[in-house]
Amino acid sequence: MSPEKNPARALPAFSRMLRLTRPNREDAIAFVILAGLALVVFRGAQGAVEPLSRLHLEPLLLDPGQLPYYALRTILRMFAALFASTVFTLVVATLAARSRHLGQIIVPALDILQSVPILGFLTFTVTFFMGLFPGNVLGVELASVFAIFTSQAWNMAFSFYQSLRSLPSDLEEVCQSFALSPVRRFLKLDLPFATPALVWNAMMSMSGGWFFVVASEAITVGNTTVTLPGIGSWLALAIEKQDFTAVAEAVGTMAVVIVAYDQLFFRPIVAWADRFRFEQTASTERPESWVYDMLRRTRLLPLLFAPVSAIGRLLLALEPARRARRLQAEGPRNKLAERGWQVAVYAGVVAALWWSAHYVLGTLSLGDVGQALGLAVLTLIRVVVLIVLASFIWVPLGVTIGLRPKLAESVQPVAQFLAAFPANVLFPFAVIVIVRFHLMPDIWLSPLMILGTQWYILFNVIAGASAIPSDLREAASMFGVKGWQWWRQVALPAIFPYYITGALTASGGSWNASIVAEAVSWGQSHLEAHGLGAYIADATTAGNYPQVALGIGMMSLFVLGFNRLVWRPLYAYGERRLRIG
Amino acid sequence: MATIAPLAPLVEVEGLNHYYGPPPGGHLVLEGVNLTIGQNEVVGLLGRSGSGKSTLLRSIAGLIHPREGEVRFVPTEDCPDPSVSMVFQTFALFPWLTVQENVELGLEAQKVPAEERRARALAAIDLIGLDGFENAYPKELSGGMRQRVGLARALVVNPSLLLMDEPFSALDVLTAETLRTDLLDLWSEGRMPIKSILIVTHNIEEAVQMCDRILVFSSNPGRVVADIKVDIPRPRDRLDPPFRALVDDIYARMTARAAPESPLRDGLFPGTGIAMVLPPKVSTNALAGLIEEVDGTPFNGKASLAELADSLQLEVDELFPMAETLQLLRFAELRGADLVLTVAARRYAQSDVDQRKAIFAQALLAYVPLAQHIRRVLDERASHRAPARRFRDELEDYMSEDYADETLRTVTHWGRYAEIFTYEEDDDEFSLENPQ
Repeated sequence: MSPEKNPARALPAFSRMLRLTRPNREDAIAFVILAGLALVVFRGAQGAVEPLSRLHLEPLLLDPGQLPYYALRTILRMFAALFASTVFTLVVATLAARSRHLGQIIVPALDILQSVPILGFLTFTVTFFMGLFPGNVLGVELASVFAIFTSQAWNMAFSFYQSLRSLPSDLEEVCQSFALSPVRRFLKLDLPFATPALVWNAMMSMSGGWFFVVASEAITVGNTTVTLPGIGSWLALAIEKQDFTAVAEAVGTMAVVIVAYDQLFFRPIVAWADRFRFEQTASTERPESWVYDMLRRTRLLPLLFAPVSAIGRLLLALEPARRARRLQAEGPRNKLAERGWQVAVYAGVVAALWWSAHYVLGTLSLGDVGQALGLAVLTLIRVVVLIVLASFIWVPLGVTIGLRPKLAESVQPVAQFLAAFPANVLFPFAVIVIVRFHLMPDIWLSPLMILGTQWYILFNVIAGASAIPSDLREAASMFGVKGWQWWRQVALPAIFPYYITGALTASGGSWNASIVAEAVSWGQSHLEAHGLGAYIADATTAGNYPQVALGIGMMSLFVLGFNRLVWRPLYAYGERRLRIG
Repeated sequence: MATIAPLAPLVEVEGLNHYYGPPPGGHLVLEGVNLTIGQNEVVGLLGRSGSGKSTLLRSIAGLIHPREGEVRFVPTEDCPDPSVSMVFQTFALFPWLTVQENVELGLEAQKVPAEERRARALAAIDLIGLDGFENAYPKELSGGMRQRVGLARALVVNPSLLLMDEPFSALDVLTAETLRTDLLDLWSEGRMPIKSILIVTHNIEEAVQMCDRILVFSSNPGRVVADIKVDIPRPRDRLDPPFRALVDDIYARMTARAAPESPLRDGLFPGTGIAMVLPPKVSTNALAGLIEEVDGTPFNGKASLAELADSLQLEVDELFPMAETLQLLRFAELRGADLVLTVAARRYAQSDVDQRKAIFAQALLAYVPLAQHIRRVLDERASHRAPARRFRDELEDYMSEDYADETLRTVTHWGRYAEIFTYEEDDDEFSLENPQ
């Protein structure tokens, strides 16, 4: 047994990473970086627990010197939310996958929460969290973190749940035949298997989170206005003061921050998680990360991971004594208890329905419902038209790019960056243009909805086009398939499943974005388009809770219906008929 | 069938019935299985896919709980707590664990101290011939080496009974042979810490080569139909006449018509009339190839199944459904271990494409009631179209959803080839029209 230098396996075993040795040069670099990070985090966290009065004593300043600090506060919020989402995911998704009863409730709940307009929640959560920590910044901080959390947790949990449901059955049987305890099984099988998908999902969710951080730092609910130090508040203030330079500074800072955490945080994790990909043959292309490569060379890393692995060991030490080797046959399920459970679930659903209907209709009339419905149709039309328009632009472009591997390689990260970039930052510019040229807000505010989400179409189409097998392309060119025939029979069918994935994400995101895109301000000029988004935004500002609830419910209904009736069938069709290989 | 087990029993299986699907009811997969596995013997479970042999293996492994019946481990003096462990067809290795970590998995679950764990794992890896690969990840290994890891992992926990689920079927012929030989060497030298081996296979030669006793399973539902003692001295030579004779004998038993007391059957497929379950993935191309092979030299219309399997490089699992389809269509007769072409089939072999289709269409309409039924429905309707859903529902009255689906797919394939009807996937519809 020799520690052979096999280039095919550059990654050391996890267990080997835990062996301590003497520090080296990379350790020194890593130590300085980590110590710096720790200080910064501490500094940022200090601000989060101050009394609320400090916020009023130290109002937000549009001082470029303060911008790094604001950026730090914002990014800490994002990571706090990501951490919370991860913990939530590990606990809730595992429960849903393991317990039939809980799964019955959790899975549909996650599915619905995924498509609910998260921005609408802000109204309720800010009030709740401020009440939790009266007079302290922490309450507002938590409300903001919670807003980001709600944009990440559901789809992370859902993806984790789906991974747990698609565990390879032979590995499950191995665990069962060796009678692995639930904890050990979770650490050996469930967690590693689901890690790559979870990491990828966390990365996408983080991008989505930016959108909400901007919207959630400076929020007005009724007559309470709270402004947390952060890029989002900076931006809100800059817009109010019509300060172009400040807006540009915020945009620049945001770009730097996005690139930084991508390179320093996510790339290394993606590169690390690659080892857990479930494949029996070594893949040719591995994700790369210079940070990961550097960290791997340090000997300090084990120390860093020690707490994590300690948690694992602690869990294993606490696991119950080994059960009997041979499993007992499952006893006949208690029919009465089963029936009772079902009744309880349905009763809960009915009660919730009745309660919300009572709440909404208690203050609102059927006319309000009709109005919301009409506005929802308006927004629906916008979403559909925009998706169609965006598809006409990005599908041909994406295919063209995707078929040129070199070009695709350089465009793909840009598209992903643009998807991560919070488009609401750019809204003020649209207002200026619309006001200047006296354009109709009902039409010209619409493009804002898809500004941030259209990139999902682009980068999925690029991925699809680069995945067209070269033999198909060669066959097409050999038989002289060109022009419309080529699009109809080669390109479009080949990218279809990818396109649907992108369009589905884009449409869901657009619904959500409508809440901020249909009502936009720049200084004193306030523009509004008719739609459900503006309805919710106005109700939020006015503190009209029943209207907010009605708007959210209506929007959820539309998003869910759209997903079920349009996207799912299309997706199933693509998977069934057009998936290559 | 009573089993005479001269050896001290290790595992006793009694009155095992198992169904797929929620109780009560479901699809019967194992029916009244009784068997005993003695100490110091290698027992083979031979049957086709769907015969429930994997289900039986998993019942013994404790991975599934049979609806009725009992699996009993018999404690002895030197082995007070008999245990099992299993080798999987797909290896079932954790890709994120190294060879050694994979092997240590079972020991870890038993809370064996780290030092002892390591020593035992290294010993098992050494035994199985993987020295030097302790640190490798499964994806760096070839299929044969992966299965060696699977074997080491199963052996390291010192099971009394080693269960093997088609352990060599995912490997190429050469690798499988090497691994089989190595395993047999370890077994005959008594170097493995086990009492007995139970191996599931659908490869008849493999069973005869490895086992002391072979249990032949019938399918739908699975039942033990034969308990054959293999008395050929080891090491066994495949070309040895007694070896060949036994292989032929088993082929004959596996293709024998169902016992006379069982309900009347068309051919060998379960069910009668339109309720007949047709075999999945029997392509008309392969059928034509089989007919041509048997029709040509050296077979001249009559071939032993063992030779056919050899010359066509087909597993029993692939050959049997084809042979039985030929029998269903009256293109061949199974006589003992031989497949004999009928006049129709020999005419088919000599015909051109269109004539072949005509002959096939005739046979299909005459002997496959479901094909007949679909054609009749299409003929009766003015539009000459009928939704496939309708037939699927009809079939589901008689068989499970999966079987209904497969049966319909098979009849669709045959019908398309014979041009007696066509099917459009987009509309999920049968019709008589030719595509525009």
